[in-house]
Amino acid sequence: MTNVIQSEEAKEVEISHEEEHADHRMFGLATFLVADGMTFAGFFAAYLTYKAVNPLLPDAIYELELPLPTLNTILLLVSSATFHRAGQALHKDNATLCQRWLLITAGLGLAFLVSQMVEYFTLPFGLTDNVYASTFYALTGFHGLHVTLGAIMILIVWWQTRSPGGRVTNQNSFPLEAAELYWHFVDGIWVILFIILYLL
Amino acid sequence: MTISIPPQESNQPSSLQPKGWLRYFSFSLDHKVIGIQYLVCGFFFYLIGGALASAIRIELTSPLSDFMARDVYNQVLTLHGTIMIFLWIVPVVNGAFGNYLIPFYVGARDMAFPRLNAVAFWLIPPAGLLLIGSYFINGAAQSGWTAYPPLSITTPAAGQLIWIISVLLLGGSSIFGGINFIATILKLRRPGLKLMQLPMFCWAMLGTSILVVLSTPVLAGTLVLLSFDIVAHTGFFNPALGGNVVVYQHLFWFYSHPAVYIMVLPAFGLVSEILPVHSRKPLFGYTTMVYSIMAIVVLGFLVWAHHMFTSGTPPWMRLFFTIATSFIAVPTGIKFFNWVATLWGGRISLNSAVLFSCGFIVNFVFGGITGVALAQVPFDIHVHDTYFVVAHFHYIVYGGSVFVIFSSIYHWYPKFTGRMLSENLGRFHFILTFIGFNLCFAPQHWLGLNGMPRRVAEYDPQFELVNQISSVGALIMALSTLPFLWNVIQSAFNGNIAGDNPWRALTPEWLTSSPPPVENWKGPAPLVTKPYGYGVNIGSKSNLSTSKSELEEEKQ
Repeated sequence: MTNVIQSEEAKEVEISHEEEHADHRMFGLATFLVADGMTFAGFFAAYLTYKAVNPLLPDAIYELELPLPTLNTILLLVSSATFHRAGQALHKDNATLCQRWLLITAGLGLAFLVSQMVEYFTLPFGLTDNVYASTFYALTGFHGLHVTLGAIMILIVWWQTRSPGGRVTNQNSFPLEAAELYWHFVDGIWVILFIILYLL
Repeated sequence: MTISIPPQESNQPSSLQPKGWLRYFSFSLDHKVIGIQYLVCGFFFYLIGGALASAIRIELTSPLSDFMARDVYNQVLTLHGTIMIFLWIVPVVNGAFGNYLIPFYVGARDMAFPRLNAVAFWLIPPAGLLLIGSYFINGAAQSGWTAYPPLSITTPAAGQLIWIISVLLLGGSSIFGGINFIATILKLRRPGLKLMQLPMFCWAMLGTSILVVLSTPVLAGTLVLLSFDIVAHTGFFNPALGGNVVVYQHLFWFYSHPAVYIMVLPAFGLVSEILPVHSRKPLFGYTTMVYSIMAIVVLGFLVWAHHMFTSGTPPWMRLFFTIATSFIAVPTGIKFFNWVATLWGGRISLNSAVLFSCGFIVNFVFGGITGVALAQVPFDIHVHDTYFVVAHFHYIVYGGSVFVIFSSIYHWYPKFTGRMLSENLGRFHFILTFIGFNLCFAPQHWLGLNGMPRRVAEYDPQFELVNQISSVGALIMALSTLPFLWNVIQSAFNGNIAGDNPWRALTPEWLTSSPPPVENWKGPAPLVTKPYGYGVNIGSKSNLSTSKSELEEEKQ
C-alpha cells in the first residue's frame, strides 16, 4: 500500500518537473506572439520610412490592385470566425462538427495562399525592382509564411481530433486553442498589413 | 492516508538523464544544470573573445598593420565584438544567473518551460561554432558587430551570411529565454509571495526580458532583410537601388541600444543581491530600485538614435534623443546612490565578491559620465567613431557587466559547487583585473579626444605611446584570467567545504544544501518575504517561515 502511494507520488513529482506547466503555455505563446508582432512592426516601420523619405526613381513601377487583397482580407476574417466555431464545437464535445469547421478554416487559409500567389504572378513588379517592391514582397511573404505554418498547424490539430484516443478533446484543448490564438494573430497582422500596404 | 516522503528520494530526474558531470553535456531540463551550462559555455567563448582582443591590442602596439593583414584585423574585431556581446555577456548575465537564481527567488522548482529552456541553451554552441568556423571557411564577417551596410553588403558574402545566421540563432535563444523568464516571474511565484517582496534580481530580469522580447525580433527582421540584400540583390539598404542605409541603423539600434540594458540590467540586479549580504544591511530604497529599473526599460526604447547623431539625423531628432538619453542618467543615478547607501555604515567584509562589485560601481560611474557626455550632440559629433566611444563602451560592458559576472561567480560559487573559492587568489585576480582594465581603457579616452578612429588597424604615429600603455593594460587583463581559472578549477576539488549558507544570506537559494538538490528544496519551498532583512531585528522565524499548510504537511 505504502509503496504504491510512494511510486504514484514519485510519478506525480516527476511529471510536475518534466512537463511544461500546462496552465502557462497560453501565456508563453501570447508572449511569443508579442515578439513575433515586433518583427512585423520593424518591417512596417521600414516600409513607412521608405514611403516618407525615399521617393521612387522615375522609371520605377509600384502599383497595387485592390480587388484580390480585399478578397484575401475577407477570406482570413471568415476563417477566424470558422476557427472560433471549431473551438465552440470542441467544447460541446462535438468532434465531427469541430473537424468540419477546422477543415473549412484550413481550406480558407489555403485559398488565401493561392489567391496571394495569383496576385504575385499578376503584379507588374518583381522582388528586386525597387525598394517599395522589395518591402512589399518581404512583408507579404513573411505573412504568407505565417499563414502556411498556421494552415499546417490546423491540419495537425484536425488530425489529432480524429485520433482514436482523442489527443485533442474538450479535456485537452490546448493544441486547438494555441493554433486558434496564433491564427487570430496572423489575421490581425493581415488587417494592419492591408491598411498600410494597400489603403494608405 | 497520505504519507509524506522526502522529495529528494523521489525527485530523481527521468532515468534517461545522465548523472554526474555528464549531465552538463545533456539536454538537461534542470534550471541549475542549464545555468551552469550557460556559464561555462559563455566563459569558454570569453576566453576566445579575449584572445581576439589580445590580438587586436598586439596589432595596435605599432602604428603600422604589421601583426596581421588589414582584412584579418577587420575579421578579428568583428568576431571579438560579436562573441563578447552575444556569446559571453548576454548569455551569462541572463542565461546563467537568471536560470540558476530566478526559480529559487520565486519559490519554484524549475522554470516555467523547462524544455524551451534547454532548447534556448542548445542553440548557443552551434551558433558560436558557426561564427568561429566562418573564419576558416572563407574569412569571417568584416563589418563589425554592427554590420552596417554598405560595408556588410560589399565585404565577402559568405562570412557575413554565416554571421547573420549565427546572430539569428542567438537572438532566437535570447527570445525563448526572455519568454521563459517573464512566465516564471509572473506566473510561477510561490503562493503568498508578493511581487514587491521579490529579490531585486527578479525585477531586473523581468525588465530585461521585456526588453529582449520587444527588441530582439526587430533585429532578427532587419538581419533577414540584410541577407536579402546580400543574396537576392534587393535594395533595402543599398542607395544605388533606391534603398536607405539609415533605415538599417534605426532598426539595428532599436535592438542594440536596449541590448546594452540587456547586458547591464541583470548586472544591476546581481549587485543588488551581493552588496546587502556582505555589508549586513538591507538593500537601500527597494521601491525606488524597482521603479528605476522599469523607468530604464521604458526610456531604453526611446534613446536609440543617439548612436546616429552623425547619420544625417534631423535637428528635432537630435534634440529629442539627447534629452531622452540624459533622462536615463536619473534612474541609473538613483540605483548608484542606493548601492552606496547600502554599503554606507555597513559591516562590510571586503572579500572578492564585494571587491568586484565595488570595482563595478567605480567603473560604471565613470562609464556613465562619459555616456551622458556622449549623449550631447556637439560633443558626440566630435568624438563619434573614435576610441572615446570604445573606451566608454568597455567601461560599461567590461567595467560594468563583466566585473559583476566575476563578483557573482565569487558570491555563488559556494552554492554551485559546495566549495569555497580561495580568497587570496580572488583578491589577486581583482587587483590584476582592476589595474589592467583601467590601464587598458582609460588612456583610450585621450586617444579618442585626440581623434584616433576606431576599427582601423593603422594609426597616426603620435598615438603610439598611449596605445602601448593600453596594450600593457590588456596584457595584465589577459594574465588576470590565469589566477581565476586556477582558482575555479582547483577549488572545485580542494576548496574548503562551504556548507549551506557560508555568507549567512537570507535569499532563498541559500536555504537549501550546496549544491542544491534536483527540485531545489528537500521540503516545501520557503516563503521569504524579507530577502534583505539583515541587521534588522525581525527574528529568523518571521522571515523564513513557511506557510501554515506546509508546516502541517511537514508534521504529517
